[in-house]
Amino acid sequence: MKTYEEINAKIESKKAVVLNAEEVIDYVDKKGLEAAAKEVDVVTTATFGPMCSSGCFLNFGHSKPKMRITEGWIDDVLVYSGVAAVDIFLGATQLRHNDPANMYYPGEFRFGGGHVMEKLVAGEKCQLFGLSYGTDDYPRREIRTWFTIDDLNQAIMVNPRNCYQNYNIAINCSDKPIYTYLGHLKPGLKNLTYCSAGQLSPLLNDPLYETIGVGTSIWLAGAKGLVYAEGTQHASKCDRGVNDVPTEGAGTLGLTGDMKKMTPEFVRGVSLKGYGISLAVGVGIPIPILNADILHRTTVRDRDIVAPVIDYAHDYGERTGKVISTLNYEQLKAGEVTVLGRKVEVGSLSSYTKALKIANLLKDEITRGEFLLSKPSQRLPLNQGMKTLEIRKR
Amino acid sequence: MVKKRLLLFFAKDTISTPIVHDLIKEFDLLINIFRAKITPEEEGYLAIDLKGEEESIKKAVIHMTKNGVQVNENFKGVQWEKDHCTACGNCIPHCPTKALYIKDVVTQEVDFDGGLCIGCLSCIANCPFGACSSIF
Ligand code: SF4
Ligand code: SF4
Repeated sequence: MKTYEEINAKIESKKAVVLNAEEVIDYVDKKGLEAAAKEVDVVTTATFGPMCSSGCFLNFGHSKPKMRITEGWIDDVLVYSGVAAVDIFLGATQLRHNDPANMYYPGEFRFGGGHVMEKLVAGEKCQLFGLSYGTDDYPRREIRTWFTIDDLNQAIMVNPRNCYQNYNIAINCSDKPIYTYLGHLKPGLKNLTYCSAGQLSPLLNDPLYETIGVGTSIWLAGAKGLVYAEGTQHASKCDRGVNDVPTEGAGTLGLTGDMKKMTPEFVRGVSLKGYGISLAVGVGIPIPILNADILHRTTVRDRDIVAPVIDYAHDYGERTGKVISTLNYEQLKAGEVTVLGRKVEVGSLSSYTKALKIANLLKDEITRGEFLLSKPSQRLPLNQGMKTLEIRKR
Repeated sequence: MVKKRLLLFFAKDTISTPIVHDLIKEFDLLINIFRAKITPEEEGYLAIDLKGEEESIKKAVIHMTKNGVQVNENFKGVQWEKDHCTACGNCIPHCPTKALYIKDVVTQEVDFDGGLCIGCLSCIANCPFGACSSIF
């Protein structure tokens, strides 16, 4: 048994034993669980994939004369300005003004909020255009100016939902191609898409939220961020398999971090043909090895994590709840699987390569004594369902 | 008989050179053009397969170079930017020739083998991160 304080003391004296969630598997196999639990202090987990539920709050500072922005665009992408005078919220999925969307189906969706966020983090110049009705104290009615992230007072990323514990595998059983947030799916079960870092993914290594909770310090695209709430659609009441690992979407995290300190490599705008814009962000979360049980859960392997295959041409949209079959991440990573007796090529939207890189970057930061762990102030709800939206007459 | 895939670039002043005619008539090669393009700047790109005696192909390449045509044996017109690629793997089932492929099953690293690329442009439509581009 270890405490957060003991682990942090070891980190500060640069003596902490840190492993990533991939290498810990063999390590525990070799050493045995009890012995390894005494040695290992931290296991780092990570993920890199698109998450539409992303955005950022920006504060511009005041122009002269001052202006209370009531409508605004950055690089022609509409922002939400229904907050304070020079605060705005930029959403990752917002399209650029005049984007034809799916008018010429399937649309290309080349540029939107996610790309503006990528540009900001990369230090590129962006254009602000704002309008206002003007008030006695904020007389300016129009503004057009160019800025970089360094000109802003704050640029705070918020991901109301990130780090989905597990995720659907999308396939197309119809006879027409479909374009989804899980990519272009060819007709007749030709290809499928999954989206999870599997054995490296944070909440698959802490399936019952024993260490990851509200207040947990995280690595968010290179900046020090934190879990500020349960993620939207957090649905911990779900089917669970070996080691309580969910076999469907399940838990999620609400994340936030300072965009000024982020690395461009890990904040990337996403264009999904026929679907829209999103943002991919790299997240790393350390798991303190407080006891052998927590360590044991971090040794989860790709082959023990299964996900449901769902028909995105019908069952997903119509909410039928039908699951075609299940596959584990070891099968998926092999590149070809069999579904309903047919050979199906595998695609993915989550990058295991990047996740591994992030897990190692975080591991290095902890080993160097630069990243301390924080004890969550609240545990995430463990037995929470998900509501649906009913369409009522009145 | 050997087959060779080349990308030819014609600068503005060479665009009207009847190169394909020479390849057939003078070097006795079988030609298969699979992409061609002229830009508004009046530069031209031509992606072709040459089939014939190895010696004739060699001579043909020298002939083309002499006539100011840039001959590219590696670059087929589709570019994959390694630094921009996140190795997400979304393009993998859409690449018909496995020119884009998973190099390592364990780390899921993605790589590009230009020699296998047929320029179908499917990866360009299916890369969410804009890592693939084409001159066509
Ligand atoms: S252009 Fe076609 S063949 Fe070439 S890499 Fe892209 S998908 Fe593969
Ligand atoms: S879809 Fe694009 S980013 Fe993803 S692996 Fe292919 S080339 Fe790389």
